[in-house]
Amino acid sequence: MPEFEEQYVYKKVASVVFGFLSPKMIKKMAAAKIVTPELYDKEGYPVDGGLMDVRLGVIDPGLRCKTCGSKLKECTGHFGYISLARPVLHISLISVILTLLRYTCRECSRITLPTARIEQYGERLKRLGNDKGPEVMRKKLKDLIIASRIAGKCPHCKAKQKKITLEKPTTFFEDEKRISPIEIRSRLEKIQDSDSELFGLNPSAVRPEWMVLTVLPIPPVTMRPSITLETGERSEDDLTHKLGDIVRINQRLFENINAGAPEIIVEDLWDLLQYHITTFFDNDVAQLPPARHRSGQPLKTLTERIKSKEGRIRHNLAGKRTNFSARTVISPDPLLELNEVGVPEIMAMKLTVPERITEWNIGYLKDFVKRGPKAYPGANYVVRPDGKKKKLTEETIEASVEELQPGYIVERHLMDGDIAIFNRQPSLHRMSMMCHKVRVLPCKTLRLNPAVCFPYNADFDGDEMNLHIPQTEEARAEAELLMLVDTQMISPRYGLSVIGCIQDAISGNYLLTRSSFSMSREKAIDLLASIGVTDVSKLSKKDVVSGKEVFSILLPNDFSFSGRSKSREEPEVIIRDGRLVSGVMDKNNLGEGSGLLLRNLHKKYGREFALGVLGRMFKLGVAFLMKRGFTTALSDTDLPHGAKLQIQNVFDNAEKDVAGLIVQYNSGQLDVLPGRTLRETLEQKILEVLNKARDETGKIVAMNVESYSHTIVMAISGARGTPLNLAQMAGCVGQQALRNRRIEVGYSGRTLSCFREGDLSPTARGFIKSSFKSGLRPAEFFFQSIVGRDALMDTALRTPKSGYLYRRLANALQDLKVDYDATVRDSGNRIVQFRYGEDGIDVSKSEGGLLNVKRVVGEAVEKE
Amino acid sequence: MVFGLVSKRIDVRKHVLVPKHEKLSDKEKEEVLLSYHASVENFPRILKKDAALFGMNLKYGDMIRIVRKSPTAGQTVFYRVVVLS
Repeated sequence: MPEFEEQYVYKKVASVVFGFLSPKMIKKMAAAKIVTPELYDKEGYPVDGGLMDVRLGVIDPGLRCKTCGSKLKECTGHFGYISLARPVLHISLISVILTLLRYTCRECSRITLPTARIEQYGERLKRLGNDKGPEVMRKKLKDLIIASRIAGKCPHCKAKQKKITLEKPTTFFEDEKRISPIEIRSRLEKIQDSDSELFGLNPSAVRPEWMVLTVLPIPPVTMRPSITLETGERSEDDLTHKLGDIVRINQRLFENINAGAPEIIVEDLWDLLQYHITTFFDNDVAQLPPARHRSGQPLKTLTERIKSKEGRIRHNLAGKRTNFSARTVISPDPLLELNEVGVPEIMAMKLTVPERITEWNIGYLKDFVKRGPKAYPGANYVVRPDGKKKKLTEETIEASVEELQPGYIVERHLMDGDIAIFNRQPSLHRMSMMCHKVRVLPCKTLRLNPAVCFPYNADFDGDEMNLHIPQTEEARAEAELLMLVDTQMISPRYGLSVIGCIQDAISGNYLLTRSSFSMSREKAIDLLASIGVTDVSKLSKKDVVSGKEVFSILLPNDFSFSGRSKSREEPEVIIRDGRLVSGVMDKNNLGEGSGLLLRNLHKKYGREFALGVLGRMFKLGVAFLMKRGFTTALSDTDLPHGAKLQIQNVFDNAEKDVAGLIVQYNSGQLDVLPGRTLRETLEQKILEVLNKARDETGKIVAMNVESYSHTIVMAISGARGTPLNLAQMAGCVGQQALRNRRIEVGYSGRTLSCFREGDLSPTARGFIKSSFKSGLRPAEFFFQSIVGRDALMDTALRTPKSGYLYRRLANALQDLKVDYDATVRDSGNRIVQFRYGEDGIDVSKSEGGLLNVKRVVGEAVEKE
Repeated sequence: MVFGLVSKRIDVRKHVLVPKHEKLSDKEKEEVLLSYHASVENFPRILKKDAALFGMNLKYGDMIRIVRKSPTAGQTVFYRVVVLS
């Protein structure tokens, strides 16, 4: 290990020191002294001693730097400097200067703290500064000084102290009299190193007087390049403009001082210089009007470049952008394989894969180059062995084709079978970024198999997704091995498949595998052929085959399984030697994150096979529904007349019961439940009665609705909707609850103005007798709207909150890892758990978080 | 101080939700440290004045074994090192 480090670590950072630039240092750094605000002379060449001086670096391609002799991009530029006619305060250090002036003596510049106290607290202050930073340290020092102050006198030289105030942004006063930066500088000069250390300044790197500028460094031209517009005009950077202002005012100040101008004029110019230098550092100072362009938009100066979302840090350093990526709307395509992604042709012609020419593939790759960038599949670029990249255009194609030889790299269009990484935000999971194989398709959307919607949490109401094309062999191999959809099938959260049948695929398989269903052998073979299954040797030779037999074709012959389904008629799912003996296929078995069927297939036959079977099951369900026909109709919710009367009867009884309860309540005969008030007792009893009534109507609906109607098939199979939804459509919507209570809000004593005050009857408190099909009465509609709005607000407010909560959790836990000894440790090797999950089970290798010990042992015994 | 309440202070050690805490002997402690290839600094900590350790004669660096009920594993062992503050 040490040899390794010695070989590769070039230089190690031992420490970092923060300090200010001294005037001496600024001059030493500088390659040029700037004396004139002019930029270019009449011929358009940079003026010597101007802001665009050639010694400050190169910005034109082809030229060499006057200072260091290197070319554009090699030379990082060189600083210049101007010496200021009068000193000027640095805006970012105003608060430090204020503290220094206030808490040092105006005569002797010692810290206004008795020597004894300094000895007493000095060390502690320094330690505080190390732990919590100089600001905290300064605050503490201030408190100490204020506490030990004696009658406004310096404890060292006994000079009387005056009150120093700061008039923002940059003017200091001492008892109403202004103190000039010159005066400030001379006071700061006198501060001893040992004292300045107590103010949190590192004496080896900082002298307090450096906070008042006497020379100003001019940043190199490379950080403020000028742009040549199409019209040939030159447009200068904001910083250059600002520096021009500074230099101009500085020159005028010099001239005026030398000419012996009146003090007032000099002071005005001085203030102006202070303003320009302040806005050069920060153009967003509270009390100053920001410096503007002629167009009126504020200049972007140093601070603005760094700060905020659009600043260098968050925009350029933290926010990376990537090439070879694409984004557009997604749509479903059940005919794709689960690990495929449909890429529109126009995208495929922009995204490229680099392929290196060898002796063996030169003919193959030449064809791409011949077709060029406009014909699919062609190529967009050719890279020569020396790294020169050439764009292919109509004109350059021929020359490029001639030139090709082994060692060249062709950037060819994306083709079927290429590797891509597919992603949907928010990427909360590792399953939010999976590797897919490209399938180039017509039209303009990215297509994915609807079975993989769940891990991405995608739907097709306008969702967009991103696609990335890995550019190197290593990246492609890694993506394929670690991120392919196949590898992500079993969730590391609960150890079951995150990919499963949804919607039509579930109802299709449900209808197919119901015991009552059978179809002619011919039709069955036709159906299977339509999903690409041609080996039907497993199908019995009878003329009529059951749906279960058709489904069983997809299962491997040595597969056995037992589980449960949602269905009440055939709750037990038994698969024996690859045959579905009993039970229907519904969401419990085919859906994502439920049931062990998919998990066991994965465990026994591997991920590729399991994913293949799942894909075929999905296609079978959809294809079957296509042949059979499936719709949902209003008539699905029709009830026979008798059922309607029954429901009416239930309501009448419930209403009578509630009326009885209310009478009891009013006459005080109601027995109070323990721990509740009389009113609460009434509410609870009413709710009980009404819920019972709703459940009864639900039962009546379930009994009377045609059991093969498609609406109920969807509910029972788990494809979409619940039996409750159906009851609400056919029978009654039921009690609307607001915060777990009947609706009580509204006017005093009543919910809506159409009810009497104090009316506690179900209709007046949000019970909806009507069904969605029959339509709601006006009052009922209001109640429904109240609850509907509340639910909408609730989800709208909760989503971002829980999202942030999750983010914080994920960030806090992100570098915990499971060690080889099954302990969970953090980045500092501190133990968090002594055994992962307390049971040491790797959930992604378990079955629903558990280990099937019986089976594991059984299999081991079998092997023996 | 409210009269009459002093003697009724609840002993959390007897509460159903407080798992068993026990002090390890120096030998046991060494074994535990060795088995996890870790030093005391890498272990979770517990305050000496923690109510669950009431009445134990402890010093800095002692190791406590906590045996808890676990929804996933039935029973699980956890170790903590005593710190003073």
